[in-house]
Amino acid sequence: MKTITELEQQIVEDFELFDEWEEKYQYIIELGQKLKPLAAEYKMDGNKIKGCQSSVWLNAYNEGDKIFFEADSDSTFVKGEIALLINVLSGQSAEEILSNELGFVDRIGLRQHMAQTRANGLAAMIKQMKLYALGFQHKTA
Amino acid sequence: MSTTDKNISSFNVAQIREDFPILNEKAHGKPLVYFDNAATSQKPQIVIDAITNYYSHYNANIHRGVHFLSQKASNAFDDVRFKVKHFLNSRSEREIIFVKGTTEAINLVAATYGRQNIHAGDEVLITAMEHHSNIVPWQLLCEEKGAKLKVIPMNDAGELMMEELDFLISNKTKIISVVHTSNSLGTVNPVKEIITKAHSKGIPVFVDGAQSTVHSIIDVQDLDCDFFAFSGHKMLGPTGVGCLYGKAELLEQMPPYMGGGEMISSVSFEKTTFNEIPFKFEAGTPNIADVIALGFAIDYLMQMDREASFNYEHELLTYAMHHLSTIDGVRLIGTAKNKASVVSFVLNDINAFDAGMYLDTKGIAVRTGHHCTEPVMTRLNIPGTIRASFMFYNTKEEIDALVEHVRKAIAFLKPQHA
Repeated sequence: MKTITELEQQIVEDFELFDEWEEKYQYIIELGQKLKPLAAEYKMDGNKIKGCQSSVWLNAYNEGDKIFFEADSDSTFVKGEIALLINVLSGQSAEEILSNELGFVDRIGLRQHMAQTRANGLAAMIKQMKLYALGFQHKTA
Repeated sequence: MSTTDKNISSFNVAQIREDFPILNEKAHGKPLVYFDNAATSQKPQIVIDAITNYYSHYNANIHRGVHFLSQKASNAFDDVRFKVKHFLNSRSEREIIFVKGTTEAINLVAATYGRQNIHAGDEVLITAMEHHSNIVPWQLLCEEKGAKLKVIPMNDAGELMMEELDFLISNKTKIISVVHTSNSLGTVNPVKEIITKAHSKGIPVFVDGAQSTVHSIIDVQDLDCDFFAFSGHKMLGPTGVGCLYGKAELLEQMPPYMGGGEMISSVSFEKTTFNEIPFKFEAGTPNIADVIALGFAIDYLMQMDREASFNYEHELLTYAMHHLSTIDGVRLIGTAKNKASVVSFVLNDINAFDAGMYLDTKGIAVRTGHHCTEPVMTRLNIPGTIRASFMFYNTKEEIDALVEHVRKAIAFLKPQHA
């Protein structure tokens, strides 16, 4: 299993291939189209993330000390963003999830293309994932 | 057709576009196609220059100084009130109050006229297609007073069901506040008919003109509305300035909105007497630079052949609606008979936000979402729309680009396993 930093570096390198925003957009849409849909039973209000312009549902579970995420959205672009976050965070330990700043979001130039509310949506997703990690840490402490 | 064609040929869009420097900008390296005019319009050079000129040459506080600059700034500021009076055809410049925008105007009336005249058990009547700005201030008032907010419904085309009006107006109705032109659907509402009906029962009417002021001739005396409001930034002016028109006899009876400088006649610790209208409602140093620039926006509009610009915008609207509706997978939202140049649509199985972002990558600026009219979306059972809104500086070529890229967006975004 690669570390969060290694996974982030891989994404940054993937995005360096793109010169245009258009290409980044298309790549993120493709990631979104490939993301496994969340089972209907998890698409409930309790799993809905507040602060996103689009509807986003996030489910988390653990296997041993590793935390796994699965998520869905009515927007394919948002699903693509989620796919990036899941790629980096899913399967990591609570400590690793909580200690990482996820600087890749800025480094791939995603934030600069988003209005504040959209960036806040992304921030809300990251926050929710970290809250799960925190909750898991407390439960097992 | 022939009269429309004649108007369009007399309407020189290429020349008009030269007045708006931003239209030469690129977005993501592509020529900008600006179709978010219902959110805010672009500004002609004379409006931009007015702000720079004010700050470069005669910035001073107004109505207070005895000095040269203050006189010059005061005169420029005061002139705009007369320009707005002329622009809206109000009886007197005393009926024109400078505010931040339509939102502030509605809040002002709800907090003054509303608080004074609406009591427990009374009713405020609005429509199903109000912007949140014309819902929330009345809702707050109703909650405070124990009054009830009632709503004129709309049909599937996005037109008000006027036949319901007679049942909704009662002796409990204390004010009716209606949007002139819907920002999310483009519907132009029959406000004059509503005003006539309301007045027959002695009920005052507030008209939200945020979307209508740039796309039609506003004559507040002809409409006979009691209040009318518009935002400067949606009609070629700067942000942060707008106007509230109110009939003098109503404004005179209303209590002040905010306390501070300019709105007073005299102040002692025992008692303050208030200034006359409109100053009673203009506490504090006003937005001098932007008011002056608004005056230039009005000048720009008044020197145009406005009838020709309306006809041209209508032509853009019908052209866009026709070509978008021929695309398989596009559903137009808001198909009222009387419409301003706003096209809202949804795509089958494709998220509006994803499609809006696709268009953005091509340099086309649209808006997606509920457009601050969530009840409209709930009524039509859709989460949101893609909205393209046109101004007289837009072109058919730009609409062609929109249509082409909507087609491409559908092909690119359509679900893989559908």
